[in-house]
Amino acid sequence: MFDATNVSYDTQIPNNVGLSGDRRVLKALERWHPGYIDWWKNLGPEGFQEHMVYLRTAVSVDPKGWARFDYVKMPEYRWGILLAPQVEGRTIPFGQHYGEPAWQEVPGEYRAMLRRLIVIQGDTEPASVEQQRHLGATAPSLYDLRNLFQVNVEEGRHLWAMVYLLHKYFGADGREEADGLLQRCSGSAEAPRMLGAFNEATPDWLSFFMFTFFTDRDGKMQLESLAQSGFDPLSRTCRFMLTEEAHHMFVGETGVGRTIQRTCEAMVEAGIDDPYAIEKVRALGVIDLPTIQKKLNLHFSLSLDLFGAEVSTNAANAFNAGIKGRYQETRIDDDHKLTNATYPVAEFKDGRIEIVDMPALSAINMRLRDDYVRDAAGGVKRWNAIIAKTGVNFEMTLPHEAFNRKIGTFAPANVTPAGEVLGADAWNAGRDQWLPSAADGEFIASLMKPETEPGKYAGWIAPPKIGIDNKPGDFEYVKLHDA
Amino acid sequence: MTTIDFQTEPSRYRHWRIQVDGDVAQLIMDVDENGGLFEGYQLKLNSYDLGVDIELADAIQRLRFEHPEVKAVVLRSGKERVFCAGANIRMLAGAAHAHKVNFCKFTNETRNTMEAAGAESGQHYICAVQGACAGGGYELALACDHIMLADDGSSTVALPEVPLLAVLPGTGGLTRVTDKRKVRRDRADVFCAMEEGVKGQRARDWRLVDELVSNATFDQSVLARAKAFAAESKRKVDAPGIALTPLQRRFDGTDAIVYSTVSVSIDRATGIATVEIHGPTEPAPETVEALHGQGAEAWVLRCARELDDALLHLRFNELEAGVIVFKASGDPKLAAAHERMLLDNADHWLAGEILLYWKRVLKRVDLTSRSLVALVEPGSCFAGMLAEIAFACDRSYMAEGSFEGDNRPPAALILTAGNFGRYPMSNGLTRLQTRFLGEPDSLAAAQAQQDRALTADQAAELGLVTFAFDDIDWEDEVRIFLEERASFSPDALTGMEANLRFAGPETMETRIFGRLTAWQNWIFQRPNAVGEAGALRRYGTGVRGDYDRRRV
Repeated sequence: MFDATNVSYDTQIPNNVGLSGDRRVLKALERWHPGYIDWWKNLGPEGFQEHMVYLRTAVSVDPKGWARFDYVKMPEYRWGILLAPQVEGRTIPFGQHYGEPAWQEVPGEYRAMLRRLIVIQGDTEPASVEQQRHLGATAPSLYDLRNLFQVNVEEGRHLWAMVYLLHKYFGADGREEADGLLQRCSGSAEAPRMLGAFNEATPDWLSFFMFTFFTDRDGKMQLESLAQSGFDPLSRTCRFMLTEEAHHMFVGETGVGRTIQRTCEAMVEAGIDDPYAIEKVRALGVIDLPTIQKKLNLHFSLSLDLFGAEVSTNAANAFNAGIKGRYQETRIDDDHKLTNATYPVAEFKDGRIEIVDMPALSAINMRLRDDYVRDAAGGVKRWNAIIAKTGVNFEMTLPHEAFNRKIGTFAPANVTPAGEVLGADAWNAGRDQWLPSAADGEFIASLMKPETEPGKYAGWIAPPKIGIDNKPGDFEYVKLHDA
Repeated sequence: MTTIDFQTEPSRYRHWRIQVDGDVAQLIMDVDENGGLFEGYQLKLNSYDLGVDIELADAIQRLRFEHPEVKAVVLRSGKERVFCAGANIRMLAGAAHAHKVNFCKFTNETRNTMEAAGAESGQHYICAVQGACAGGGYELALACDHIMLADDGSSTVALPEVPLLAVLPGTGGLTRVTDKRKVRRDRADVFCAMEEGVKGQRARDWRLVDELVSNATFDQSVLARAKAFAAESKRKVDAPGIALTPLQRRFDGTDAIVYSTVSVSIDRATGIATVEIHGPTEPAPETVEALHGQGAEAWVLRCARELDDALLHLRFNELEAGVIVFKASGDPKLAAAHERMLLDNADHWLAGEILLYWKRVLKRVDLTSRSLVALVEPGSCFAGMLAEIAFACDRSYMAEGSFEGDNRPPAALILTAGNFGRYPMSNGLTRLQTRFLGEPDSLAAAQAQQDRALTADQAAELGLVTFAFDDIDWEDEVRIFLEERASFSPDALTGMEANLRFAGPETMETRIFGRLTAWQNWIFQRPNAVGEAGALRRYGTGVRGDYDRRRV
């Protein structure tokens, strides 16, 4: 019996799933490994493959002490396969199999559905690494550079987690899908990633922070609902991934927060009261708050699209099958079957936004999206607290859910961030007030100058309150000069 | 229920666009979600209902008549990341059984015209698939002469009906996979039992598609392929097309439709629809130039279009008209002359297209699941293609001699060269070959009488009509037959007639229609699909179908 809490390093692939005793899967993963390393070297962080980076590596799945920090070259990072410990006697927490013992093997009738969900989740993990690969060149500090790489290697590990499930439980088809995860590529005309937001560019660091705050938060919600899965290996995998995902949220929330903080401080120092005095604020070398709001609008709306159509047969099937649950399913007080329940769903009909009650089963996506919006709103509130503390009169807001949508009921609608329905021409005329314009992008790009001296920060972003792993302010998170 | 109208034209399309550039046309499917024919469903992901297919049928027809210069048609999606998700499931789940059956039959007929366009007219359909291509979407692809699939790691072809919906692909999917594409049966079994479909190299290796295409150069590759097909096409046309102008059609109350060459009247008490064809009154055009000048006004084309529309109207909107009585009035020699003009100029694209269209309309008659009877009365003009209608009928009655008080000429029937090869049925044989399957001598005897006006006696002697009656018996015999017919079970009649109509060899086409009728229409009735707990009814709710596990 292997120890499922501590990670075994007796194979090339660290794991707590007893890989050394599972010849078939070990062989398959070892065959997949070189392709992964090639992918990392070709499409992972550009220009920093040989540098020592101060990264955490998962060494245990014990929530109290799961990670160890040390310098490592990224291609030598020990990407491992880690599942949260098995809960004795776990039952399926929702759907038609509610209360039955959780599955330890894939049920045949749900094999295709499970595989599809795992492939879609898996496809997002390497995609964000690809999207962010050029950011290293313009990092505002070594601290931020290290955080970027931490996020990147952990997305890589999440890819490993999904690939393990594919190899372990889905046979030849699973191996083929695992290969496919390395063949598609973000933004590629040839073979793009599966979901729209993962083919968008991440052109600057504010985009990166917004992405980790909004888009990785979608990832978090998806992982939360897969963590409820009746398929126990998937549930355990996702539970552990969520431990790591928290850091990505942190990078996003503090990154945007520090950007806001620096802007407000600079405004106060310069005696500028009007947050809309954009040129004056920009002249200070910081990003004006209205532009930050536009970036927020963009990333929020792109991320909402990731939840899919409001009313979805696939989501209903996955819930009823016991494959993908709701956010914090076990804490919800209902029958967990939703046989006759309804859920309010927004609908765009005859030029109006209406709320209609739909069968709760088919509104699973809508519900998860609502939970997501609540979760995201918490972060926005904390950003506003930063602004308020400096005395600047401005509030960040989440745009209306119908704003700038490409998927679902609102796709054909032209809605402002305030929720007003417009004609296409009026909307296009207003677009640059609500979404970053090319000029906004150029301005932000002009600020993206690398800051490589330990303890120093680019002028548009405030330093963090505390260092990673409690390191002092001038700690050299990435050894740029030794390589 | 509102009347379903099969007449449309490109400026009214909601779901398709036609873009013609030289000898290549793009036929772009871009379904308007909110453009469903009925309430209660949205046409998401390029899924289709009858309304979408009516436009497709119209587009295919127009490409042949209005754009004879086109030699390759690229069928593709106007939406990103999805080719076509197939027939709309909520529409199917909510539709009455008869509508589902009629819908499948019509879509099948339309798919066949896509194949016929390539085989007969050298206007080849090439399917360019990017994104998901599932169910009826893949069946659209299967009906094309060439399937190109984007090799982007996510574009797939699939027939997920069995695992997902507990029904079968309804537009010839299973048959075309094995008969047309000759996919190995065990691989076909794997393919048809998976929801998610097959992509990339495996799709090519299994012959589910013809070609894998790089996504980055997709449009160029597709165009190059279309150009190559165009270059190889046997079609040699540089003349302009003709406009398929709106039909002259008037609804006279609810029980009658008056076209310029066809009139339909419905007797609701007896459930009999009478379709009367009015033969030509003017001489046939003398030259192909004159025919082209008449265009859609030419009697022979007008009549085909009007009859086609009338058949579809009866099929979809008049479910209780269980018997269709065909009559034809006019001068049979003149009707034969109009056909003769086409036969003599069959190499000309327009004459050829009109003959091929008649072939399709006559097949539509064969496949109409009503009791079909032809009444060859005094003053009738069953000649050539119109005589072919009588041969398509389950029975034909011919009047002997003159009727008292009726000054019309005695009934005459004329066989033409057209009856001996121009209008084969879906079994590949002519209606006369099928009729005389067991007596080849009769076929030869009939052929010996080609181009003569045959009396009822002669026609009966040659076996060309079921019965010949004089005016003493005529009225009673016809009445008794019709009353008897009305007393039988409509289901039993549908089954019996379909069995008897298609004697002789099986072709892919007969297999498609036969299997549709036998299997799909059976499954469509079964609780496992359409019961309260059936998969089709439950689709979209998240709850799977509960099946009766007993095999039948």
